Amino acid sequence: MAAETKKKPVIEIRQMVKSFGSQRVLDGINLQVYPGEIMVIIGGSGCGKSTLLRHLIGSLIPDEGSVKLFGQDITTMSENELNEVRKRLGILFQSGALFNSLTVGENVALLLQEHTNLDEPTIDIMVKIKLELVGLRRHSDKMPAQLSGGMKKRAGLARAIALDPQILFYDEPSAGLDPVTSAQVDQLIIDLTRKLRVTSVVVTHEMDSAFTIADRMCMLDRGRILKIGSRQEFEALRDSEPDKLQSQQDKLVRQFLRGDAHGPITDRKLTRDYEDDLLMVSLKHQT
Amino acid sequence: MKDSDSPMESLRTVSEKPTEPGVLARAVGTLGQFTLSAGRSIFSMLGGMSLLLGKATSYTTKGLLVPGQRIGRNALIAQMVRVGVRAVPIVILIQLAIGMILPLQMFPKLDEFGQSEQIATINAIAGFRELGPLMTAVVLCGFAGASIAAELGTMATAEEIEALQVSGLNPVRFLVVPRLLATIIMTIMLTVIADIVMVASGMFTAVKLGIDPDIYFQLTTEALDLSGFATGLVKAAVFGLLIGLIACFLGLSVKPWQGSAGVGQATTKTVVYCIVAIITADAVFTLVFYSYGLFD
Repeated sequence: MAAETKKKPVIEIRQMVKSFGSQRVLDGINLQVYPGEIMVIIGGSGCGKSTLLRHLIGSLIPDEGSVKLFGQDITTMSENELNEVRKRLGILFQSGALFNSLTVGENVALLLQEHTNLDEPTIDIMVKIKLELVGLRRHSDKMPAQLSGGMKKRAGLARAIALDPQILFYDEPSAGLDPVTSAQVDQLIIDLTRKLRVTSVVVTHEMDSAFTIADRMCMLDRGRILKIGSRQEFEALRDSEPDKLQSQQDKLVRQFLRGDAHGPITDRKLTRDYEDDLLMVSLKHQT
Repeated sequence: MKDSDSPMESLRTVSEKPTEPGVLARAVGTLGQFTLSAGRSIFSMLGGMSLLLGKATSYTTKGLLVPGQRIGRNALIAQMVRVGVRAVPIVILIQLAIGMILPLQMFPKLDEFGQSEQIATINAIAGFRELGPLMTAVVLCGFAGASIAAELGTMATAEEIEALQVSGLNPVRFLVVPRLLATIIMTIMLTVIADIVMVASGMFTAVKLGIDPDIYFQLTTEALDLSGFATGLVKAAVFGLLIGLIACFLGLSVKPWQGSAGVGQATTKTVVYCIVAIITADAVFTLVFYSYGLFD
């Protein structure tokens, strides 16, 4: 599914800048996500993709620029207004972030108890439905500590979809999972997006997973967006010959997509001052 | 490296440069910086804690008055069990010991003046007004304070706090209020137990020292009036509040990227700060009660 540019975007980021101390983590981000698509944000460790995600859920507020969800700017909202918007979002955290003092079922039920006026029997049914969607109906009474990594992620997903959100955010959904479980989680993301008709934003650095689930992709590097495009465009770039690529950016993206050990990303890493550094050490000990 | 003392040599040349400030100036500078940063962190902590207390109070009042906004009763009971019930044996043990120590220490001097039965008065006043609430609070610093800080800190590192926030569930209402109420209630309840145990233990010791149990009992009831009891309980409530507040504040201050080191720091700080806060508060209370003649 290509970008349906005629629709109004559900997520719209404009000129977003964020610094931590003197370090600029995000530098002029512009990104639109359209209803019903799976947008995958890729990038190396520390490139700012988790930080970007935290801005989308209102955990962090940008220094400059705006973040609009459903057409409303969440950066200027009060806590109460933001909480209303948050009821329409579901978030799967990297570790699952289940509440460890509650059982799996209670984790899912909690949001329904707090945010809806449903009675207990209805909530019980809703919990069963959500857990069945992620294949954990039989594990409802277990504590999070008793679950494996993959099950925790799936339980986290069940909790994320408890309130039937319109946007689902996934932070590294397949990190730390074995290939089969990881593929299952990918399939689950696709299924849920189609079944529940939600918009999904996935942050990952697992390329297999990214190419499996993405409608569109966006590569982040050093706080800037290097490339946004459809999955097909990214696939073409991955399989292209390096000599035919004109721009340096495309070469960077290509190396990342292929996971090559050598290329423009690794070349630009600071190796030049290595000798100077060694020299300084010996000087320091001589004088 | 040429020889073993060359690094020292280089240090000396650096410090002898005329542009470098002298040792005294540097010491003053360091002290000033330390004071500034300590002052800043104390103020920011006091500010943060006041804010937390304000929010917790508002959620508690809403929870009691507004029908839709309930306080999780199950959470409150679970916290009370965790905070208080497990501390009961320790509080009893400590108060048994103190109820024995005090009479034994005082007996020889009092006996010299022929006032040995006054042990009862001393034990009752010290127990109800001072040592009951104080020792209970000190025990709870470890039992409740450390465990709350560690729990909340761990939740922060596991992204649980963030998960609550982005689910539109306020961590203050959800986590802080039940813990705060539980520490306050349980400090009061444990103080009552501590008071009784200390008087009983003192009586047992006094009887062994040859004092008539009837006289001991009579003097205890004379020394004990409602105000003495009330002083102790007011203190206990404030101590409980301080423990809960400091533990929740420091626990929630742990940042996800600080990991287990952050949790450890928060726990240690909680115990130290709680004890300092409790004893300082105790001194202030005693001073105020004494100056204004309250609860005489």
